Amino acid sequence: MKYKVTLAIALVLVWLVWSGHYDKPFILLLGAISCAFSMYLSCRMKIVDEEGAPAQLGLRPFISYAPWLAKEIAKSNWDVTKVILSPQMPMQRNMVTVTAHPKTQLGRVILANSITLTPGTVSVSMEDDQILIHALSFEGAAEDISGNMDRRVQALERRT
Amino acid sequence: MILTILTVVSWVLILSGAFFSIIGGIGIVRFPEFFSRLHGGGITDTMGAALIVLGLICLSPSILVAIKLMMILFFLLVTSPSSCHALSNSALAQGYWPELDNTGKSKNK
Repeated sequence: MKYKVTLAIALVLVWLVWSGHYDKPFILLLGAISCAFSMYLSCRMKIVDEEGAPAQLGLRPFISYAPWLAKEIAKSNWDVTKVILSPQMPMQRNMVTVTAHPKTQLGRVILANSITLTPGTVSVSMEDDQILIHALSFEGAAEDISGNMDRRVQALERRT
Repeated sequence: MILTILTVVSWVLILSGAFFSIIGGIGIVRFPEFFSRLHGGGITDTMGAALIVLGLICLSPSILVAIKLMMILFFLLVTSPSSCHALSNSALAQGYWPELDNTGKSKNK
């Protein structure tokens, strides 16, 4: 139920923000119909669960996780930029295997996507809870960053 | 006054976004092999796109346009690692093992 409410609120908000129509009743009615139809379709597809409409995360991904991730991305962007611009390109390419501790599928997807999003580390493959990372140049830093991320994603999915 | 500041800030953001996009392109050319080149593309995907969209948000005439730009940035940041991961994973699935620089604790074969 909680997931359905979240999805409905998200659909209505998206429709209102993206259309920008607030005064014409006919168009508002069409918007309501399309939201209801989307709700009906997604219930029929049985995708309204803790993955399709992650109500249990609340707004924390945007409030606490995203700013930290943006900071990390900016830092590692700068590191990779220095590697690219330096004449001899001091690379230390290596493959690292880290253990993903988040228990839910969603948490693991968030973790692996965050690792890939950070330049300098790309998650290449994932088997159960082992993520194989191709790291560009930072020997210990790849483990550091992903360990830190791991803890934060775990904090994100706690209190479900 | 505020408009001037906003314009200046947005141009700084857009120009630095363009700078990082070019860096990403240079990285794709300069890196020696496939897996390292993904990292070069990552710079364009994250820093380049984010700075340019932030600059455009500063220039946007209404709050609705700003929110739409933020949604574009959000979807860009959610989907680009997926494509990056799909590329690298398919390379690995085809049996292409990356060149590595260090020996030792990594699983080098």
